[in-house]
Amino acid sequence: MGKYIIKRVLLAVLTVFVICAITFFLMHAVPGGPFNREKALSDATIAALNARYNLDKPTGEQFLLYMKALLHGDFGVSLKNGREIKAVIGESFPISAKLGLSAMVVALLLGTVFGSTAALMRNKLPDRLIVFFSTLFTAVPSFILATLLLLVFCIKLQWVPVWSATSHNYFLPVLALSAYPMAYITRLSKTSMLDALSQDYIRTARAKGVSRFKMIFKHALRNSLIPVITYAGPQIAYIITGSMVIETIFTVGGLGSKFVSAITNRDYTMIMATTIFLAALMVIANLICDLLYKLVDPRIKYD
Amino acid sequence: MQLDLSKFSPESFVPATEEEKRQQDVMSESTTFFKDGMRKLFKNPLAVLSITLLAIILITIIFAPMVVPYRYEEILSVNGKRDKGAKNLAPFTYSEMEQKYIENGGERFPHIFGTDEMCRDYFVRVIYATRISLFIGFFASIIVLIIGMLYGSISGYLGGRVDLIMMRIVDIIYSLPDMLMIILLSVVFQEVLHFASGSLLDKLGTNMVSLFIVFGLLYWVGMARLIRGQILSIKENEYILAARSIGAKPSRIIRQHILPNCLSVIIISTALQIPSAIFTESFLSFVGIGVKAPMPSLGSLANSAREGLQSYPYKLIFPAVVICLIVLSLNLLGDGLRDAFDPKLKR
Repeated sequence: MGKYIIKRVLLAVLTVFVICAITFFLMHAVPGGPFNREKALSDATIAALNARYNLDKPTGEQFLLYMKALLHGDFGVSLKNGREIKAVIGESFPISAKLGLSAMVVALLLGTVFGSTAALMRNKLPDRLIVFFSTLFTAVPSFILATLLLLVFCIKLQWVPVWSATSHNYFLPVLALSAYPMAYITRLSKTSMLDALSQDYIRTARAKGVSRFKMIFKHALRNSLIPVITYAGPQIAYIITGSMVIETIFTVGGLGSKFVSAITNRDYTMIMATTIFLAALMVIANLICDLLYKLVDPRIKYD
Repeated sequence: MQLDLSKFSPESFVPATEEEKRQQDVMSESTTFFKDGMRKLFKNPLAVLSITLLAIILITIIFAPMVVPYRYEEILSVNGKRDKGAKNLAPFTYSEMEQKYIENGGERFPHIFGTDEMCRDYFVRVIYATRISLFIGFFASIIVLIIGMLYGSISGYLGGRVDLIMMRIVDIIYSLPDMLMIILLSVVFQEVLHFASGSLLDKLGTNMVSLFIVFGLLYWVGMARLIRGQILSIKENEYILAARSIGAKPSRIIRQHILPNCLSVIIISTALQIPSAIFTESFLSFVGIGVKAPMPSLGSLANSAREGLQSYPYKLIFPAVVICLIVLSLNLLGDGLRDAFDPKLKR
C-alpha cells in the first residue's frame, strides 16, 4: 500500500511538471513576444523590459528560471495591470474555492439523497419525477442554466441581489454550478443503490428482521457510495472549468472569471500562471480522490 | 442424476400426438444479434422519440437553408441598401424599411426567429450553428473512435510488456486537464496558424482546429481503455486460438473476430461521446474561443444573447432549446442503445 502511494505521488509530480513544460513552451511559441503587441515602444524600452523579464535569454534557460521562481511561489507579474499574480490569485481563489466546494457538497448530498430515494421508491411517482429532472439537467449546459437563472431571479423577479463587491450572494451561482454534477450523481447513486439492494446480504438482513431503516443506512448506502466517490475526480475537473463561465455570468470576482478575461485580453503571464495553478490543483485533487477510493473499497487490489 | 426406470409404466412411452408435437415448435424465429438489438431499441419509446427528434433536426438543417433566402453572415438589406433598422427584431416582425418594401408590393421572407444585433436573420444563424455543432461533435467523436480503437486493440491484443507501457502512457495522458489544454492551444494557435482563406478550415477558425487536435491527443484514452478491456476478455475464447493455429495474422484476427464483438460497446460509447463533444465546443464558444466569427455556434449565440438579455430573451431561448434538444436526444439514444445492445445488462 505504501509503495502504491509513493508511485502515485511521483506520477502526480511528473504530470504537474509535464503540464508546466507544455504550458511554458506553448506560450513562448507565440511569435512577437508579449511586449510588441500594442503601443509602439522604443527599442530601448523593449530591450529593458526583455532584460527585466528574462526574455532575452534562451528558452531553455527561461524555463528553468520560471520553474525556480514557481517553486518560491512567485508567479510573475500580470502583463495587463502589472500586479503580482500571486496577489491576484490570493484574493480571487478563496471565492472560487468557496463556490466550488459548496457546489460539490450540494451536488454530493442532494444527488445521493435523490438517487437513493428514486431507487427505494422504484417506478412510483418520486422515482419518475427524479429520473425526468436528472435526465433533463444532464442535457442543459451550465452556462445556459446560469444565464436563465440570472434572467429570471435577478433581473425579472429581483428576488436575489446581483453579486457585487459588498454583497456576496452564493445561492444562484452554487445552484447553477451544482446542477449537472447533482443530476449525474443522482443517476449514478440510483443505479448503484439498486445494485446494492439486489445483493444477497440485503436479502439475508431482511430475513433476519433488520429494520428497513437500518438496512438502508447501515448496509446498502455505504456500498452504493463507492461509484460516487470514483466520480469525484472528474467532478472536480468539471467544477473548476464550470466555475469559469458561472463566475463570468454572475460577475463573481473569482479566479475563473479572471482567467477568462486574461484569455480575452491575451494576458500571457496570467494565462500561464492560472493554467499551471488550476492544473496542479486538478492533479492533486485527483490523486487524493484516487487514494481515498482505494482506501474505501476493500475489493481493490493495489497495482 | 440417476433415472429410476421402475417409476415409468409402458404408457409413458407411447408415440407423441400431433398436439404434443406442435408444443415443441420454436415459438420465435431466430434472429441475429443486430436485428434483435434493433427490435429492442425500437420498442423503447424514449429511444424512438429521440431518433425522431434527431431526424427532424437533421432534415431541418439540411433543407431549411434552401427555403430561407438569407445567408448566415448576410446583413439584411432592402433593395440593395443596408437595413440599419433591422436590429434585434422580434420573431415574425419586419423592420420599417422592410414594411415599406412590402407595402410597395415586394415579397419578404418572414424572420422566423427575428434578427440579431448585427441585423442578420436569426433563424438561419441558428440553423448554421446547429450544423456546425453537430459536425464538430460528430467529427471529434470519429477521431476519438479511430485513435482509441487502434491504440486499444493493439495494446489489448499484444498484451505483456507492450500493453503495460501503453497503459502507463494512457495513465499520464488521462491525468492532463483537457479543457485547460484546449484553451492553451487555442490561444497559441490563433497567433501561429493561418489557413488559406475561404477554405472550410478557415471558416471554422483555428480554435476548432485546436479542439480537434486536443480531442485527437487527449480524449481517446477512455475509448482505448474500454476496447482494451473488451479485447482482454475476448482473447481468451477458443475461436481466437483456432484462428491463430491456422495461421491468421493478428490484424486479421482483430478485424474479423474481435472488433465485431466489441461493436456494441463501441457504438454506445461513440453515441455518448457526441453530446460531450458538443458540450465542449459550446463551452469554448461561450468563453470566446470557439468558432471564428461570423460563423455562428450555439455557444457563441448564447453568449451574444447575454447583452440584450432583458429586452430580447428569445435570443437566448432559441439556441438554448436547440442545444438541450440535441444533447438530450443523443443521451437518450445512447441509453436506449445501451439497454438494447449491451450483453452485460441483466434484464
